[in-house]
Amino acid sequence: MSAFIVRRLLLIIPTFIGVSLLAFTLIHLIPGDPIDLIAGERSVSDERRAALEIQFGLDKSLPEQYLVYMTNVLRGDLGQSIVTRTGVLGEFFARFPATIELSILAMLFAIVVGLPLGILAGVRRGSTVDHVTMGVALTGYSMPIFWWALLLIFLSSVTLGWTPVSGRISLLYFFDQVTGFMLIDALLSGQRGAFASALHHLVLPAIVLGTIPLAVIARMTRSAMIEVLSDDYIRTARAKGVSPFGVVGIHALRNALIPVVTVIGLQVGILLAGAILTETIFAWPGIGKWMVDSITRRDYPVIQGGILLIASTVILVNLTVDVLYGVINPRIRHAD
Amino acid sequence: MLEIEDLTVEFGTVARPFRAVDTVSFGVAEGEVVGIVGESGSGKSVSSLAVMGLVDYPGRVSATRIGFAGNDLKALSNRERRHIVGKDIAMIFQEPMTSLNPCYTVGFQIMEALRIHIGGTRRSRRERTVELLAQVGIPDPGARISNFPHQLSGGMNQRVMIAMAIACNPRLLIADEPTTALDVTIQAQIMELLISLQREHGMALLLITHDLAVVAEVAQRVVIMYAGQVVETGPIPEIFQSPRHPYTAALLDALPERAKAHEPLNTIPGVVPGPFDRPQGCLLSPRCRFATDHCHATQPAFGGTPDRRVRCHTPLGHDGLPT
Repeated sequence: MSAFIVRRLLLIIPTFIGVSLLAFTLIHLIPGDPIDLIAGERSVSDERRAALEIQFGLDKSLPEQYLVYMTNVLRGDLGQSIVTRTGVLGEFFARFPATIELSILAMLFAIVVGLPLGILAGVRRGSTVDHVTMGVALTGYSMPIFWWALLLIFLSSVTLGWTPVSGRISLLYFFDQVTGFMLIDALLSGQRGAFASALHHLVLPAIVLGTIPLAVIARMTRSAMIEVLSDDYIRTARAKGVSPFGVVGIHALRNALIPVVTVIGLQVGILLAGAILTETIFAWPGIGKWMVDSITRRDYPVIQGGILLIASTVILVNLTVDVLYGVINPRIRHAD
Repeated sequence: MLEIEDLTVEFGTVARPFRAVDTVSFGVAEGEVVGIVGESGSGKSVSSLAVMGLVDYPGRVSATRIGFAGNDLKALSNRERRHIVGKDIAMIFQEPMTSLNPCYTVGFQIMEALRIHIGGTRRSRRERTVELLAQVGIPDPGARISNFPHQLSGGMNQRVMIAMAIACNPRLLIADEPTTALDVTIQAQIMELLISLQREHGMALLLITHDLAVVAEVAQRVVIMYAGQVVETGPIPEIFQSPRHPYTAALLDALPERAKAHEPLNTIPGVVPGPFDRPQGCLLSPRCRFATDHCHATQPAFGGTPDRRVRCHTPLGHDGLPT
């Protein structure tokens, strides 16, 4: 198992280099000169331009610039935002908890609803439950996030008045951010109703963001379940006199979860991509909205650093999933 | 103890059903070893799965009676049936490598059977499991108990399957081609183990195989199946000395042990009829060398004495010719 983890850790290095190269090149493919951007409307003298180029290292060749950038990254220096003049890393971590909080809730929603639906559809294959679940899953998967979000806002917030339209907590509450996670901070503040308000604000964005993962998880669970249920050891379990509930819950589920866990891991990337739209629509101050704002402001260091940090998050989550995979599947654990 | 009467299992649509098992009747007495012999697809496995209640949709099981130790398994609810299946009737399968759950230790899987049917403390179940593993000849059972199936060989896994099956002291063990997937050297060991356990525990053994030689050695009675039907049943010596059904006779002729030196083995011409080319009369008629027009036209009934039954219009006599 430890050799397996070490091997997986070593694989991170080439992945990270690939992602950084991609982010770096993409930024330089975008037309426009960063100096013009920094200067804004003002005109700059040629001497000032040259000085700025040296200051930002833009006088060097691209490979050199990449090396300098990566050396700084490894030191934990992701550069400064052109707009706010604050460190990219600091800005990222100021917003990251909001996105994590939303993503965790969205994933919880997707798993708690998607997994049982998938199991049910798989066990009752061909039944009405199966057809309805798969139909809804396909609709959910095909629905554009922004459209789905607007529909839900219209229905739940505007028409029915059940949920707030945007933001993380009601303006009535004000307290210091300790962890950056609104739910935890609300609890820590000790203010009555703060936690409920924060949760209330999370419901709609979490449902919107969790819909696609939910659909994918439900479909994957269903097909894994159907495949596993036809395996020989299921027949053995039934021949042993295991109840139908035990056959599904003990013998089939554990095996069916192997592909499902992989899919859940892959959904994290989709979740972060979806967060960009969801956060923008719900005015959620997370990294998704941060990236969109930076792109409209052409804040190159932020975009580049943001991509790198988001990609690192995805890499880390996938590593965790791979380790988890070994925990569920003994054949992987003993593969060394 | 086990009495099956007119067991039929159908697959396919109701409009065009395919009978995998066709009005099969046979019985197994307490402590008896009975062999079911037949080619692949003759319905041997499906009949035993039907007894266990393991035939799934779209398969349809019907029977006049599936009696077991005073119960009619057909009449029991699924819940009641599960008290018998796995406890009084246990089953082992052909592929030991895939018949065990890859995600759980072999110990867990044996202890599960004990937990469901016997109960007891966690510790007592564990002790009993180590004892069972030792009984089926697994070396170092205390350590093997926490192994996963993929860490054991096919033969060892089949021993685990046997340990699991005998965990609750069943009165009937159904072994569905238990040695087919194993090495020849291991086959003999597993067979010996099964027979010695059968004698020790006095349990009945229903041995499904396509190897007549094995049946001749270990069984008291044999059920010969062809294309979903039982064509002949009877005590081993009688069947082997004077088979009454032409199919049984042909099977015996095909045995290498009976072949004359330097002559090719006898074979049965043709193949078993599939779902769409079933003959109208006797199912064997296209391949039977004694078939008459009557055989081609009407299905024979399952006749003879309860001890020696045969499905043939003109059963063979002692001279090996139709009567």
